Amino acid sequence: MEKSILKELEKKACKVRLHIIEGTFNAGCGHPGGSLSAADVITYLYFNEMRVFPSNEKSENRDRFVLSKGHAAPALYGALALKGFISEEEIKSLRKVGSVLQGHPNLNTPGVDMSTGSLGQGVSAAVGMALAGKLDKKDYRVYTLLGDGEIEEGEVWEAAMFASAKKLDNLVVIVDNNNLQIDGTVEEVNSPYPIDEKFQAFGFEVINIDGHDFEQMEAAFAKAREVKGKPTAIVMKTIKGKGVSFMEDVCSWHGKAPGAEEYITAIGELRLCLAELEA
Amino acid sequence: MEEKKVVKKATREGYAAALEELAERPDIIVMDADLGAATKSMTYKKVAPERFFDAGIAEANMMGVAAGLATCGKTVLVSSFAMFATGRAFEQIRNSIAYPQLNVKICASHAGISVGEDGASHQCNEDIALMRSIPNMVVINPADVVEAKAAVLEAVRHEGPVYVRFGRLAIPQIFNENYTFRIGKGQVLADGDDVTIIATGLMVNEALMAKDLLAKQGITARVVNMATIKPIDKAIIIESAKKTGCIVTAEEHSVIGGLGSAVAEVLSEECPTPLVRVGVNDSFGESGPAWELLKKYGLSAENIAKNAAIAIAKK
Repeated sequence: MEKSILKELEKKACKVRLHIIEGTFNAGCGHPGGSLSAADVITYLYFNEMRVFPSNEKSENRDRFVLSKGHAAPALYGALALKGFISEEEIKSLRKVGSVLQGHPNLNTPGVDMSTGSLGQGVSAAVGMALAGKLDKKDYRVYTLLGDGEIEEGEVWEAAMFASAKKLDNLVVIVDNNNLQIDGTVEEVNSPYPIDEKFQAFGFEVINIDGHDFEQMEAAFAKAREVKGKPTAIVMKTIKGKGVSFMEDVCSWHGKAPGAEEYITAIGELRLCLAELEA
Repeated sequence: MEEKKVVKKATREGYAAALEELAERPDIIVMDADLGAATKSMTYKKVAPERFFDAGIAEANMMGVAAGLATCGKTVLVSSFAMFATGRAFEQIRNSIAYPQLNVKICASHAGISVGEDGASHQCNEDIALMRSIPNMVVINPADVVEAKAAVLEAVRHEGPVYVRFGRLAIPQIFNENYTFRIGKGQVLADGDDVTIIATGLMVNEALMAKDLLAKQGITARVVNMATIKPIDKAIIIESAKKTGCIVTAEEHSVIGGLGSAVAEVLSEECPTPLVRVGVNDSFGESGPAWELLKKYGLSAENIAKNAAIAIAKK
C-alpha cells in the first residue's frame, strides 16, 4: 500500500473514532467499545474498498454494507459523515428524539443499506443482497460485519450455510474478533472459537488478519475478489475500545458513554493522534 | 331440497393459482423453508425455477434473505407453515422486514387447528395475534380458494409487508371467479336484523350455515366476511353493531389477539355493543381429523348459532 494512502486511511479512522466519542458522549449512552474495534475496517471499506455514491446513494450498482453488529452504529455514522452521506454536525444528534441517526442503523438514514441491531439478522439480509446481485447479473459486492459474540446466534450459521450453498462469491463476511461481549470474554460466555475453522467448515474461503492493519486488509479484500464459487470470511483480531487508552480491552466499555472527564481524555488522545498524522 | 354441488378446495390452492399468474414477473422471488410441496409455493419452482429458492429448514435466515432481496427491488413471497413462519421467525419478520417496511409477503399455510392429525405442535392459533401486533403489517385471512388467490395478488400490489394466512383443509368455495378483493374491506354476505356474525377464514362458510340454522329459529343474522384483520374495516363493524345491536365473531384462531380482539377493540372504543367471540379458547389443539377437531373445539356453524343466541340475550 502506498504510504500516502495508508496515512490517509489512518487519519480517516482517527476522525471516525472522534465521531464515535462525540456521538456517544452527546447521547449519554451507546456502544463505544465495539465501535472503536470496528472503526478501522469500516474506514477501510468506505475509503479504499467499496464503490458507493453519496450523490446517488440508492444506485443499483453500489456495493452494499450491512452492519450486522448494529450497535457499532457510531462507527458507521462516522464513516458516512466523512463520506458525505450525512453531515458531520448530525453526529451530535445521535440517539436523540427525531434524529436521523437512530441508536442502531435504520434503512432510512442516507447511506445505510439495512436496518440492523438485533444480532444475527444483518448477515441474512446481506446474503439476500448478494443473491439479488447474482440474479440481476450485477457486479456489486456485499460486505457485512459481525461481532464475535454475535456469531453465537444460530441465524448466522443458517445464513452461512445458505451463502455457501448458493455459491455467493460476491459476499464478504467480516468478523470483529475483539474477544469481548457484554457478560465477559467470548470464551467465558459461550466460546465461538475456532471461528475460522467454523466458517471453513461451512464452505467459506477464510482469511485471518489483524483488524487494525490496513495493509493486511488490502491483501485480504483483494484476495476475496479473486475467490470464485464461494463466499469469503475475514476473521479480524481486534482490540475492543481501540484508540482510546482507558477503553482498550475493557469489557465495561461495551455499552456505556464516556463521562465529561473521560470524554476530554479520549478526545485529547485522538486529537493528538490526528495531529501527529497530519504533521 | 335440491342438493347443491359444493366445490371444496384448500386456500393454499389459491396461493398456487396466484403464483402461476405471477410467473412472468421478473421482480418476484418465492422462497420456502422445505415445505414447498405442502404450502404450494413449489408451484413457482415449476413456472419460474430461476426465481424460486429453498432456504432449507431455516426460517429465520429465510426471512432475512427475503428482506435483503427486497432492499434490491424484489418482491419476495416467503412461505412455511404458519407456526414456523410467524412463531419461529417472529423477530426476523418484525426487525428485518416490517421495521424497514420491506416488500416481503409472508404467505403461510397450515394455519389453525384444521391442520389435523399433526397435532398441537403444528396447529398455529396465534399467528394473527402475532402479525397484527407488528407495525406496518397487513394481515389477511382468506375465506376460500378464490379469495386466497385474489388476496395474494393484492398483497403483491400493496407496497410493504403483508401476512396472508392459508389452510391445509379443503373447504367450500364461497365466491365466484368475478370476486374482487380489496385490502381493508369487509363484505356483507347476507343481511339480517337480529345479530351480526363477523367471520374470517374457514369460519365464513360456517357463519353462512349458522345463519341458516338461526333462520329456522326465526332469527335473522347478518354475515360479514372480514378477510383483512389489519387494517380492520371499522366502518362495517360499527354499521353492523348499530344495525343488529350485538355481534358474534368467528375465527379458527385463539380468541386472544385475533379477529375477536380486533372487533372488540373497535366496539369498545367506538360503539359499545354486546360481543361474543367464537374461536379457540386459549388452549392447544390435538391430533385428529380436521372436521372432528373443528367440531370439538367449537369452530362450527352449530356453535356460532348457539353463541348468536347468547349475544342476542345480552342486548
